[in-house]
Amino acid sequence: MAHAHDSSSERPAILDKVRPAELPRSPLILNNRGFHWITDKVCGIVEEETPLWWKIMFGVALFVASFTFIGLGYLVSTGTGTWGLRSPVGWGWAIVNFVFWVGIGHAGTLISAILCLLRQKWRTSINRAAEAMTIFAVCCAGLFPLFHVGRVWFGWWLLPLPNQNGIWPQFRSPLEWDVFAVSTYFTVSTLFWYMGMIPDLGAIRDRATTWWRKAFYSLLAMGWRGGNRQWSNFEMAYLLLAGLSTPLVLSVHTIVSFDFAVSNVPGWHTTIFPPYFVAGAIFSGFAMVLTLMLPLRAIYRLHDVINQYHIDNMCKIILATGTMVGYAYATEFFIAAYSGNVYEKFAFVNRAFGQYWWAYWIMVSCNVITPQLFWFKKVRENHSLVWIICLFVNVGMWFERFVITCTSLANDYLPSSWGYYSPTIVDIFTFFGTFGFFSVLFLLFIRFLPLLPMAELKMVAPQADPHAH
Amino acid sequence: MNERNERIHGVACTFRKVSDVFHAAEKVRDAGWKNWDVHTPFPIHGMDQAMGLPRSPVPRLTLLGGVTGFITGCLLTWYMNSYDYPLIVGGKPYWSVIFPFPVLYECTILFAAFGTFFGQFIFNRLPRHNHPLFDLPNFARVSDDTFMIVLEARDPQFHLDESRNFLQSLGGQEITVIRD
Repeated sequence: MAHAHDSSSERPAILDKVRPAELPRSPLILNNRGFHWITDKVCGIVEEETPLWWKIMFGVALFVASFTFIGLGYLVSTGTGTWGLRSPVGWGWAIVNFVFWVGIGHAGTLISAILCLLRQKWRTSINRAAEAMTIFAVCCAGLFPLFHVGRVWFGWWLLPLPNQNGIWPQFRSPLEWDVFAVSTYFTVSTLFWYMGMIPDLGAIRDRATTWWRKAFYSLLAMGWRGGNRQWSNFEMAYLLLAGLSTPLVLSVHTIVSFDFAVSNVPGWHTTIFPPYFVAGAIFSGFAMVLTLMLPLRAIYRLHDVINQYHIDNMCKIILATGTMVGYAYATEFFIAAYSGNVYEKFAFVNRAFGQYWWAYWIMVSCNVITPQLFWFKKVRENHSLVWIICLFVNVGMWFERFVITCTSLANDYLPSSWGYYSPTIVDIFTFFGTFGFFSVLFLLFIRFLPLLPMAELKMVAPQADPHAH
Repeated sequence: MNERNERIHGVACTFRKVSDVFHAAEKVRDAGWKNWDVHTPFPIHGMDQAMGLPRSPVPRLTLLGGVTGFITGCLLTWYMNSYDYPLIVGGKPYWSVIFPFPVLYECTILFAAFGTFFGQFIFNRLPRHNHPLFDLPNFARVSDDTFMIVLEARDPQFHLDESRNFLQSLGGQEITVIRD
């Protein structure tokens, strides 16, 4: 102790010589691009003549989307029996697809809200497109439970509205909680997305040359003038919406997981579901963000604003959440073994080695093994490989929902009531078509709205610092 | 004051660099101006302090929305499942704050978000499509890469020539008069 006292009173000479290490931050915008370059780049995307690839893609997307609407039309005119749902599996692809699409949406909110609260400036380059992805994914997701009700024209009975039967929704049901969670999620995400876009819509308005562009963007920009008094309220509102979206996004997938966890079915009735579902949602959503942004970056040459640093960060989030999901799979097995509940034990052994073993191992290999490749820098720098791994993650996460939904229902308590579920062609068409529906909405977004948040990009540029010299 | 022309909205001048407009704003604040604004393509960090602006009032409407949402959720679930058509499901009480909690939670967030969203529009006096600033030929560049300080005619300190000279002394370029 005495020795320590001596040394603290005397300042070692070396301290005057050492300098703190320089830790340069990775630049968010490469090649020292200025404000005008950003405006030109982003506005240029909506101002240029409609490119040929867009027209072709839009045609293909419309064609694919028609599968969903033909499938749903056939379902409504014939009955839900066309969906391959029969006892004991009453929740088939429809619920799988619903959870899959809602999960995809969650990365958009993570990027726009949670990373905003954490002051992760790299989010700015991707946040607008990711939020758009959220909204369109929720549109796709909503179709499935809406049509799953069977008589879709009574879908409004889910809402707390008076009807001719004099009855009301039953608020003890997780399915009713889901109605509130998903509709709130859709509404708040849309408000957040639109409000963030107003200054950029103003920028497009100010550059408009034709009267219809001027009218369209003026209407959307709400007369935004960019005064600092406006910015002050805008930034406060933006921060608050980020703060509100954060608990919202966590609650939405928590409530989606309650659809399963509140029931008494072995393999569903577990308390790990909420965090496990949220991690899985972010995992699949980031994979979808990269699936969309890598081609867009190449087409529009956005390499200066979406650079390797952004891609690295997204890959690392996929790696982290993928590892969490893998840990959750292991925990489920451990708890099943430790619980001493024979049905619970059987449910998990049956998942891995029962009649749906192939789905289980597709899930594990895509979700747990493939993302581990992101430990390697060489993999993260090879964008074709990143894109392919993200496709694997998307496939794996779809299978995760399939495994959870179908294996638990197909083999629950009494072997006499076991069954095997397979989708019909109507199921397959309806799901396949949602990718077209999603693409139609996303292509319209690219064409008419600012793909990147210009104001936020300018804000993170080094020239935006008022104390820079 | 006497020469104040009612048809003039104010005077504007532009800046090309963030640091220039930032320091100019500090000087306008120190000169005691009340009705003025700095128009920028993006929010400049620290500009609220440089302009001497108070904290934004938007959170009040967020709180109001949140409280309204929670109460609405409580009334909704109580009226529907306990008062108008009492239901016994799963041996749970007719109404408690526990079983419909996800509904109350979502209603709170939904209404708070509406409060925030509309609060931003209300406190920013938007939508407004006919502002005199839109007639300025160089205003379109403010959403791109130019910064603009506007001194408004309704400020008691406003005097056309003096204000123009004041803006010139701040280092502003392209000083223009905005007509109503």
